[in-house]
Amino acid sequence: MVLEFRISILNILAQVRNVFLFIRRYSTFLFFLILQGSCIYLIIKYSKYHQAAFSKTALEFTGTISKKYNKVQYYFQLDKTNADLLKANERLLNAQQKNFNQPDTLNLISQGPVSTDTLQLNRKWLYMAAKVVQQSTIQQNNYVIINRGSNQQMKTDLGVVDINNGVVGKVVEISNNYAAIMSLLHKDSKISAMLFKSHDVVGTVSWDGRVPNIVQLTGIPKSAKVVAGDSVITSGLTGTFPSGYLIGRVQEVLPETSSNNYLLKIKTTVNFYNVQMVYAIDNLQKKEISELEKKLEKKNN
Amino acid sequence: MSPLIKNIVRFALFLLVQHYVLDTIHLHQLVTPYIYFLFILWMPFKMNRSVQLIIAFALGITLDAFRSHPGFHAAACVLIAYLRPFLINLFIPQEGADSNYDEPSVQSMGGYLPYFIFVTVLTVIHHAWLFLLQAWQFGNIWYFLGNTLFSTAISLLLIIITEILFARKQKFRTNTI
Repeated sequence: MVLEFRISILNILAQVRNVFLFIRRYSTFLFFLILQGSCIYLIIKYSKYHQAAFSKTALEFTGTISKKYNKVQYYFQLDKTNADLLKANERLLNAQQKNFNQPDTLNLISQGPVSTDTLQLNRKWLYMAAKVVQQSTIQQNNYVIINRGSNQQMKTDLGVVDINNGVVGKVVEISNNYAAIMSLLHKDSKISAMLFKSHDVVGTVSWDGRVPNIVQLTGIPKSAKVVAGDSVITSGLTGTFPSGYLIGRVQEVLPETSSNNYLLKIKTTVNFYNVQMVYAIDNLQKKEISELEKKLEKKNN
Repeated sequence: MSPLIKNIVRFALFLLVQHYVLDTIHLHQLVTPYIYFLFILWMPFKMNRSVQLIIAFALGITLDAFRSHPGFHAAACVLIAYLRPFLINLFIPQEGADSNYDEPSVQSMGGYLPYFIFVTVLTVIHHAWLFLLQAWQFGNIWYFLGNTLFSTAISLLLIIITEILFARKQKFRTNTI
């Protein structure tokens, strides 16, 4: 009895020893498998929750280095940026209110739907300037990093345009001093857009991951009038961008085989190889709209 | 320079050159040359294999942090770091050459042919695994197969240029004093 017991214990011990021997013998291989597994886990997790996985520490770290590098690189582009800023300034000067004859407000009988706002209390869009510290075009999911974060009033989900009124993308992640923008050249980027010459149809701009600076506009029915060279502008329906910001120009018109829609190839207004100055646009009335939508949802349920 | 400092400097330089110089090159749409993984090929012979894996993982994940989608380069780096010792055993010419020299080079591998076969095999594996993972994640398989081919060719060209420009002189060490 005692002997049997002892033998069985010895057997178990020998088996445990075998397991340890196995682990010891293949430790490198097991370690390799663990590392590969964690890499693949990162890849999968990141694609599903790209906002959460963009680690703030990584953004802060790479942002700091990129800022230093950009200081040097930016120097070589001063000429072009200067010319662009001059043009943007000219446009703004022309748009100033004092350039126009003001209506006589004392005798005004009818008012528009929005209250007349001479003191600018009823502001809807707030522009925040920022400097790009890093941009990429070679990946499947491209981001633009700017040097304005939560310490500088940056928020997520803001639309971002460059100084030539071209759409850059949407803020997806912020750290203390930097923000990451999902650019148009991103697999998950979807922006509501319309054609300049036919305002009544709205489509979606996305990127197929092939050529940088060429994006696709889908959802335009074949009944719409489409010509190459027409401008594609933001529709303003989602409340992220004001309407009328340039996305690009139609380069090629292709019929979509499976549906009754066109597939339009669009050359982006923004040159993503070299974007240096941007404005983030905050919709100050978005909160009110989303509250209204929540109320509606409650009512429907 | 001590091997530790030399490798730390290499680590930083390879990453910076890769991200700020090579990643901005766009040859025909999306083909990108890679050179940063040469750091892994140049790691010393005498080093714990688990430590090699950890360093390779660190290299890959740092590049991923810059390119803002973690995992791809780390996976490729860990794979070639794991396979490297097997290839060294396969191509090293005579018994004990890996104790006479510090790290793989034309000199220590005994000539141009074995060294460049060693480099070519690991480059192909690195690119194939990297682009395969990307193809799996984003679809578009044929595009990435083409990408693997062209990127490998350009990377190899760059590596050969690097080897010629920055020829590493290696001391021959013997245990006979």
